[in-house]
Amino acid sequence: MTYLIKRIISSIPILIGITIITFFVMHMAPGKPTDVVTDMNMKVSAESKERLQKLYGLDKPVYIQYFDWMKRFVFFDFGNSFKDMRPARNKIFERLPATILLNVLSLFFICLISIPLGIYCAVKKDSFADKSITIILFVLYSVPSFWLALMFMILFGINLGWLPISGLYSFNFDTMNVFEKIMDISKHLVLPVSVSVIVSLASLSRYTRSGMLDVLKQDYIKTAYAKGLTEKQVIFRHALKNTLLPMITIIGLSIPGLIGGSFIFETIFSYPGIGRLGYEAVMARDYPVVMGIATLTAILTLLGNIIADVLYTWADPRIKNA
Amino acid sequence: MKTNKFFIIGIIFILLLILAAVFAPVITTYTPSEQNLIERLQAPSAQHIFGTDDLGRDVFTRIIYGARVSLSVGFISVFIILVIGTFLGIISGYYGGKIDYVIMRFTDIVLCFPTFFLIILVIAFIEPNIYNVMIVIGCTSWPGLARLIRAEVLSLKEREFILVAKMMAVSNIKIFTVHILPNIVSPLMVYSSLAIGGAILTESALSFLGLGVQPPMPSWGQILTSGKDYIYMAWWLSVFPGLAILITVLSFNLIGEAVRDAFDPKNEKNNL
Repeated sequence: MTYLIKRIISSIPILIGITIITFFVMHMAPGKPTDVVTDMNMKVSAESKERLQKLYGLDKPVYIQYFDWMKRFVFFDFGNSFKDMRPARNKIFERLPATILLNVLSLFFICLISIPLGIYCAVKKDSFADKSITIILFVLYSVPSFWLALMFMILFGINLGWLPISGLYSFNFDTMNVFEKIMDISKHLVLPVSVSVIVSLASLSRYTRSGMLDVLKQDYIKTAYAKGLTEKQVIFRHALKNTLLPMITIIGLSIPGLIGGSFIFETIFSYPGIGRLGYEAVMARDYPVVMGIATLTAILTLLGNIIADVLYTWADPRIKNA
Repeated sequence: MKTNKFFIIGIIFILLLILAAVFAPVITTYTPSEQNLIERLQAPSAQHIFGTDDLGRDVFTRIIYGARVSLSVGFISVFIILVIGTFLGIISGYYGGKIDYVIMRFTDIVLCFPTFFLIILVIAFIEPNIYNVMIVIGCTSWPGLARLIRAEVLSLKEREFILVAKMMAVSNIKIFTVHILPNIVSPLMVYSSLAIGGAILTESALSFLGLGVQPPMPSWGQILTSGKDYIYMAWWLSVFPGLAILITVLSFNLIGEAVRDAFDPKNEKNNL
């Protein structure tokens, strides 16, 4: 418990740093967001341009703008989107569930596949299966994710016609009953989730493999074998737990990569999550939405790391004494 | 260093690619921006072994010229990463204390942003071109290296030869360059060859989204964009540039992996 509190306090400077970086990256950028409204329109006079800038507080010194922004930030109020004047918070939060759904599903399948794979490879070290799995994973690690997405779209979406290639819902979604709705959403999720899982399989299974190999060298494993336990009992009862421990941290650390990846996947698959919203907002210079997403993803990452650290100390009492 | 067949394959491919990029005009029969609107979107054939794109340009030629972009982005951005990461890592590990705290918290902050989003964020506001792509990738991807080097330096600075050097009043700069740097060469080599692969992936993703190298300069990611636009009729526009990226990144990763195995004392046998 005290560790949890300590951990949260020590991340406050990081949190403040995150907000400062986001804010200043946005403000170093040339061109004001009001340019979108004013420069395209010949009728806008210089005065109304100024008025517009005043409305958004763009005429004040940067640090005052930052503090104004911070005051509202505490309530996740990022201001209104320049594009359609709706609060950025609402725009982000209505897209957030789709992204969380995508990432949680991906993470689930990544663990489900790569951990057993890694353990299998470690147990059968240097066998033909181990070598071929290692090579396949190594190739997958080098695959450009967006290209894999494109290939899957061509193969499964267009040539075979099995799966929809974009969005999360079909056009007639509203007329469906609950069961059909679930089926529809799952169908749309298959491609984005599988691409995201395939490109992230490699690192986790390699960590599992090398972790398992380290554990298998330990004395207590030899003892377990010496007691006459079967290989199954040794692996699942004695070795597995200690292999899985460091996985907590590694999964925590993989969160920014997953979220970063969703900016590409969501754009390619036209998936209605914050990744695509962020991409569109960046393209449209929609400051409030971009800042909201940047801080939110950074905070989610920070949170993921804290949870991983705390879980780790809770699961492994050796850490506390160290 | 043990010779490893994957290492050799990787090295040979990269050397071939560098040669192809340098001698691109000799290898190809077309020029990368030569348009031929009569021969638009042609499937691979004897004249165009990788087909043609929507403006009738030869895809093979564009891929060969695209290697120039990918390789230069890979090497230069990783050079920037090496400079920033090594510098911050050494300073942080060697001096410790407040300097270490500030640098490491800054590293933590940068690590909290998904790198790819950070890059999009910056690129969208500065003019997207090949130089800015190099700089942005270089300036956002160093935190991992800085942490790695810091850890190396932390253990190095307690070693006798550094202590003796300090005792003999060798200047810090000399300690860094003469005593520390040669001892972190192997992690640096591993990290850079893996990072080159990563930088090439990032560049192609950016160009794919239209935020990287701008036309008419050909790049692999950009050919893939037209592959996406003509996804229903021209598979060759997506398949070949993607394979080019895959094989190049794979080669750099193989080299990095082989170097890691060769230097890793724990490895009694090369696993890959």
